[in-house]
Amino acid sequence: MRGSRVLAVGVGYLGLVAAALFFLLPLLWIVLTSLKTPEQLFQYPPRWWPERPTLENYAYLFSKMPFLRYSFNSLKVAGLSTLGSVASCSLAAYAFARLRFAGRTPLFYLLLATLMIPYQVTMIPVFILMRSLGWVDTYYPLIVPWFLGGAFGTFLLRQFFLTIPAELDDAAKIDGCSAFGIYRRIYLPLAGPALTALAIFVFMFQWNDLLTPVIYLSDPDKFTLTLGLAFFKGTVVTRWNLIMAGAVISAVPILILYVAAQRYFVQGVALTGLKG
Amino acid sequence: MKTIEVRRSDVQRAGPLVVSPAGRRRLRDTLEGYAFLLPALLGLALFWLGPVVASILISFTNWGSGQRVSWLGLENYRGLFTSPLFWKVFRNTWYYTLVSVPAGLLLSLCLALLANQKLRGIGIFRAVYFFPSIISMTAVALMWSFLFNPDLGFIDYAIRRVFHVPGPDWVNSISWAMPALIFVGVWKWAGYNMVIFLAGLQGIDRSLQEAAAIDGANSWQRFQHVTWPGLTPTTLFVLIIMLIGSFQVFEQTYVMTEGGPAYATLTMSYYIYLDAFQYFHMGQAAALAYVLFAVVCVVTALQFSASRRWVFYQ
Repeated sequence: MRGSRVLAVGVGYLGLVAAALFFLLPLLWIVLTSLKTPEQLFQYPPRWWPERPTLENYAYLFSKMPFLRYSFNSLKVAGLSTLGSVASCSLAAYAFARLRFAGRTPLFYLLLATLMIPYQVTMIPVFILMRSLGWVDTYYPLIVPWFLGGAFGTFLLRQFFLTIPAELDDAAKIDGCSAFGIYRRIYLPLAGPALTALAIFVFMFQWNDLLTPVIYLSDPDKFTLTLGLAFFKGTVVTRWNLIMAGAVISAVPILILYVAAQRYFVQGVALTGLKG
Repeated sequence: MKTIEVRRSDVQRAGPLVVSPAGRRRLRDTLEGYAFLLPALLGLALFWLGPVVASILISFTNWGSGQRVSWLGLENYRGLFTSPLFWKVFRNTWYYTLVSVPAGLLLSLCLALLANQKLRGIGIFRAVYFFPSIISMTAVALMWSFLFNPDLGFIDYAIRRVFHVPGPDWVNSISWAMPALIFVGVWKWAGYNMVIFLAGLQGIDRSLQEAAAIDGANSWQRFQHVTWPGLTPTTLFVLIIMLIGSFQVFEQTYVMTEGGPAYATLTMSYYIYLDAFQYFHMGQAAALAYVLFAVVCVVTALQFSASRRWVFYQ
């Protein structure tokens, strides 16, 4: 019995390590490539560890290429979108969770139904709308929609708000608190974990998004990091050590966020999975 | 309390034609509800419902192609269905979906079963599997462009070393470009779906497992008769989000192949982007988007109706 337990643990770790290598080795290869000089890049047979690792690729991207600006642009777009999404989705989520009004249930289902609509269906009319507002080649099309709700965030927060005891509302109402007061003084402070999960999701989505920046941005000064990176690949075709350094730069902030707030990432995914 | 008293007397003075206090409160509640929903409803109208209607109208016009917008009726759709390129794109879309969804489902389920073991350090393994799903597809696709590079990439180097044959020219090869894109999609999203499966696994009643073990069921029998039935609702959810996602593949294509070589990786979602934003055929692109929408709806509906036969709700 004891022997079979040891064997099971051994086989378990073997599988875990094999799977981990499947994900880690490509990433490691990329990081090591970003530390290589052009000579080391073209070396045959390729070597894993560069003899003298160098940070010159990173220095080049930040000093000779506008990667600092791209990063700042991405930070601006992702940060403002996060703010807008948390504010507008929490308002809607509170209404759907706690207020009683005509049309609440049908509207909620209508909102959820938008999760089924492919982005490709709405992107053409939305582009025409943005163009008529004169917003092409500005950040408005990337940011403004996030200030106007969204099914994913509203659903996530509503599910959380429903777990807050409604007796708190009644007590606050007797004390003369308005609905907005209850939302601001009771629901927002208590929903910290859910708000954080949503904020992380929106930030990550916007930091990583490529399609919307591709459609709307054409001035290279305004490029986000992903768009700059994709554009950069076309201009320096074979300088893979530089391109890989750029990819690492775009991933590092997300890695830091992940290490700092890992449980919120997992909670966010799990919360969306629970409705299944 | 005071404000309510005042209102009651107001109503009494105004006479019986005015709404009752209860009706008045309902009206007030409704206004209040909609005040909270104002940004969300504006977004719903401007970015979802309006565009869904506008898109179908645009698909009946030559928007973008002519000097003046004119009504074409079903001409855009007829043009699509009689174009050989459309059918190639349609087949490519299914190729991507029918390979990437089962492969991704199987891989993420296996990862979840591995990562659900009660072993020391399991959190680190879960974090490693999950990591590719949170970095941008742009970075991941660039990374794999390099790994798949026939001259400098590690994959063809390994193939040469191990099998002593030259590796395929991946993204420049008509037959290997699509498998490369599919691989990248599966590699990136496996950890994300694993987390959903893990949540599903943790929702399965442990006492059922223990009862089955006491009854002498081996681990495969326990999976087949306890774990899998309990996991079917989660599987349905993962299957549907993977299907919807697979029909919208864009970033890998944009970074790695741009639909080539010779349209080998041109899928509907990428074709819509090209048509609308590179060639400015908004009308035709909107028609194509509606065809995609119809495909997504039909496939999802089929999944739900088929699910009655294999999904087990406790």
